[in-house]
Amino acid sequence: MLDTIFIITAAVILISALLTITAHNVVHALLYLVITMLGVSLVFFLLGSSFAAALQIIVYAGAIMVLFIFVTMMLHQGEKSLAQERHLFHFSTSITAFILCSILFCELAYLILLTPVETLSSLSQAQYSPAITVKQIGIQLYGPYSLLVVISALMLLSALITAIHISKSAASIKIKPEDNNL
Amino acid sequence: MSLSNLLLVIPLLPLLSAIILLFCNLSRLWISVLAVGSISSVSLISLFLNFHFWQQTDFVLTASLGNWINIAQLNIGFGLYLDSLSLVMITIISGVGALIHLYSTGFMFEDKSFKRYFTYLNLFVSAMLFLVLADNLLLLYLGWEGVGLCSYLLIGFWYQDKNNNLAANKAFLMTRIGDTAMAIGLFLLFIQLGTLDIQAIQIKAHIVWSLSDNTIASICCLLLLGGAVGKSAQFPLQNWLPDAMAGPTPVSALIHAATMVTAGIYLIARNSQLFQLAPDVLYIVALIGTLTLLLGASAAMVQSDLKRILAYSTISQLGYMFLALGVGAGASAVFHLMTHAFFKALLFLSAGALIYSLHHEHNIFKMGGLFKKLPVVAVSFAIGCSALASLPFTSGFFSKELILEQVIASNSIGLWWAAVLGAFITAFYSARLFFVVFLGQAQLSPNKTPTKAMSIALIILCLFSLLGGIQPSGLTALMPPLNADNLTVLQHRLPIILPFIAISVAWWMFKTERFGKTQYSALKGIHQLLKSGWAFDQMYYIIFIQPFKFICQLNKHDVIDLFYRLIEKTSCVFHKLFSKFQNGHLRSYNASLVIFCILAFAWFLSGELIK
Amino acid sequence: MIPINWILFLSLSLFSIGIFGVLARRNLLFVLISLELMLNAVVILFVAASRYHEASVANSDGQIMYLLVLTLAASEIAVGLSLVIHMYRQHHHLDIDKLNKLRD
Repeated sequence: MLDTIFIITAAVILISALLTITAHNVVHALLYLVITMLGVSLVFFLLGSSFAAALQIIVYAGAIMVLFIFVTMMLHQGEKSLAQERHLFHFSTSITAFILCSILFCELAYLILLTPVETLSSLSQAQYSPAITVKQIGIQLYGPYSLLVVISALMLLSALITAIHISKSAASIKIKPEDNNL
Repeated sequence: MSLSNLLLVIPLLPLLSAIILLFCNLSRLWISVLAVGSISSVSLISLFLNFHFWQQTDFVLTASLGNWINIAQLNIGFGLYLDSLSLVMITIISGVGALIHLYSTGFMFEDKSFKRYFTYLNLFVSAMLFLVLADNLLLLYLGWEGVGLCSYLLIGFWYQDKNNNLAANKAFLMTRIGDTAMAIGLFLLFIQLGTLDIQAIQIKAHIVWSLSDNTIASICCLLLLGGAVGKSAQFPLQNWLPDAMAGPTPVSALIHAATMVTAGIYLIARNSQLFQLAPDVLYIVALIGTLTLLLGASAAMVQSDLKRILAYSTISQLGYMFLALGVGAGASAVFHLMTHAFFKALLFLSAGALIYSLHHEHNIFKMGGLFKKLPVVAVSFAIGCSALASLPFTSGFFSKELILEQVIASNSIGLWWAAVLGAFITAFYSARLFFVVFLGQAQLSPNKTPTKAMSIALIILCLFSLLGGIQPSGLTALMPPLNADNLTVLQHRLPIILPFIAISVAWWMFKTERFGKTQYSALKGIHQLLKSGWAFDQMYYIIFIQPFKFICQLNKHDVIDLFYRLIEKTSCVFHKLFSKFQNGHLRSYNASLVIFCILAFAWFLSGELIK
Repeated sequence: MIPINWILFLSLSLFSIGIFGVLARRNLLFVLISLELMLNAVVILFVAASRYHEASVANSDGQIMYLLVLTLAASEIAVGLSLVIHMYRQHHHLDIDKLNKLRD
């Protein structure tokens, strides 16, 4: 039964992915992307990684996509943007990209198919392992992977500063005259 | 102070004074004192050595200044070697050199570059002394190049005039051709004999080679002869000497009459035992000498520039010395070298006094009747011309007669007749020179008389020209003369009466005013040919310079450079090609990433497939 | 148990769809969206790999990797979107084909 659910989920993911990249309207594309995210989260659930699944919904679909939507809100101009977008993206102009991607897809598919069958079957015969709890992940994060946490914190800090600095409008940056009585 | 140390001082003293003159700014008086003093001291030392070794024949004195090159078998030191040949040479060089230095203090007094002149002159004397005192061929070559350099510097002394620079270049380049041949000869000698020490070469050559197996010896001797021909202005490298008269007259006297041009003769005389192994080369030497003799004399007959007459005369007299060397009479060659140094220096210095007094006028046909106005100059000129013409009991008479006797004794009748013809022409043009300049109608009058220094030098040289017939006995032991007893009456008497015949012919032509004008148009062509020194300049221009210019014209776009320009063009083409990849287009960059991934996976997959 | 082949195929397809989006679209926002797709594809692969690992004890490395990728995606989106805003303010369009001055 899990197989069936997986296949349906996979179909949803792929179809909404296709729709998101071929949309003309940014908002439509973003909404399709959210559906893709939700599908991916379901796949995580099927794989027994509940923590990852929860995080996917909360952070990815909940925060990152909202960020996208905020920016779209600032930049999207209705009919004019739609017309512009139709001008920019046309299937006939993207033939080369399509060919390149399909070649890559075929090669990698072939690579996957080369994997011998015994490995696959042994893998698929594996027992259900107990689901990994949040507690276990927490212990890992505070133990062996503590450095990673610190590094990712630094990365977020730098991204924060960068984002603030770049998106300041030019008018709000004033050069203060030198104060000689310091 | 031991004699060896005294020997060391001889070449070093002028070098030291040249260095001091180069670096210190002294007044004219001190410059003269230093320059003339150094050469006079060397002259005194050489006179002392002459006294010491008087009537000794087989003396050898050596000294060493240190090591120079010490690699594997090549061991060269700054060694000095004095035997009777070198002693004669240093006596001449220092004696005539001192007198010329004294003369120059008067001649060059008003010149701005007084200090530079004496620096170069002292440097020259030092290099020449190294040349004649060297005990190995490499040190000799060092002196050889040194005198070549100083000759260039002194010919082009008044460098502001472009013609002087061209003349200096010509002298340097033509002697360079000879020097290159000599260098190759040195290399060959070293390879074959393993040493460059002169005395060792003489001995080893006879061991390694013999008269029947003498091809390599002949080649070495020919190469050394090449160097001598260049330096001593013999055929075919003789046409630099007339143009070298662009330098100051004392320079012409010292370098191009008395010392530098005799370096070639010294070289062959020094290596006489080596040359004995190659009799063919000696014959070539004699032929070259004879040819040059006639060439120089016939060209001197028709010149109108005072110094050019003397230059061609020098070429001709050097030809006599080569002729003597070629027939195996080395002692007579060096004897003639000595007497020639005296009377030719005298002639040049008198010519210098003449030019000085007549405000730099060189054309003899603008002069005339100067006998009463410049008595000292006139008398010195007379003595010099008579020595040149080898009138009896002048020094020139003794040396030239000796050479002619030696030529006969070696059974070369043809060369003897040529030498006699040369003697006739020599007497003719020296008489012509004297008559045109000093007798007849006065045209220019002198505005200065020669200074005291110049007059003293001239008087001393007059004495030497008359009394220089004392043959140093040491030379006869070193290079024994040939037996000169079996001569016919004609051959014995002809050279003595010949100059008188020539002088009377010249007197007749002078009185009938045939000098300076060419009546017959048929003779005009010959006159032009002789005046241009047998058109050697033009010949060399056609043979060497025009083809070279033609080839340069062909190579105007530099064929060899094509290869490098091809490299440059290729890299430009590739640059243009590759810079198309950097088009600033973000999507093409992404596409190139994807293409690379595709290719990498294809590579990997092909590897998998093969497995 | 889901055969791993299927998960691999899903990840591969999502990834190639993402690449197509990056190459074919000229609007900067769409490029960033396609980038998100690619990140998602990779993350599926990581989590699946930790799940199908042969260790007998359950392995949480995949999810921790997911955490890192999530952090990365967040930072990248923050910076990327601020750049989008900056570009819009400067050029008043979001066409990346017109930004080609950085060349020879």
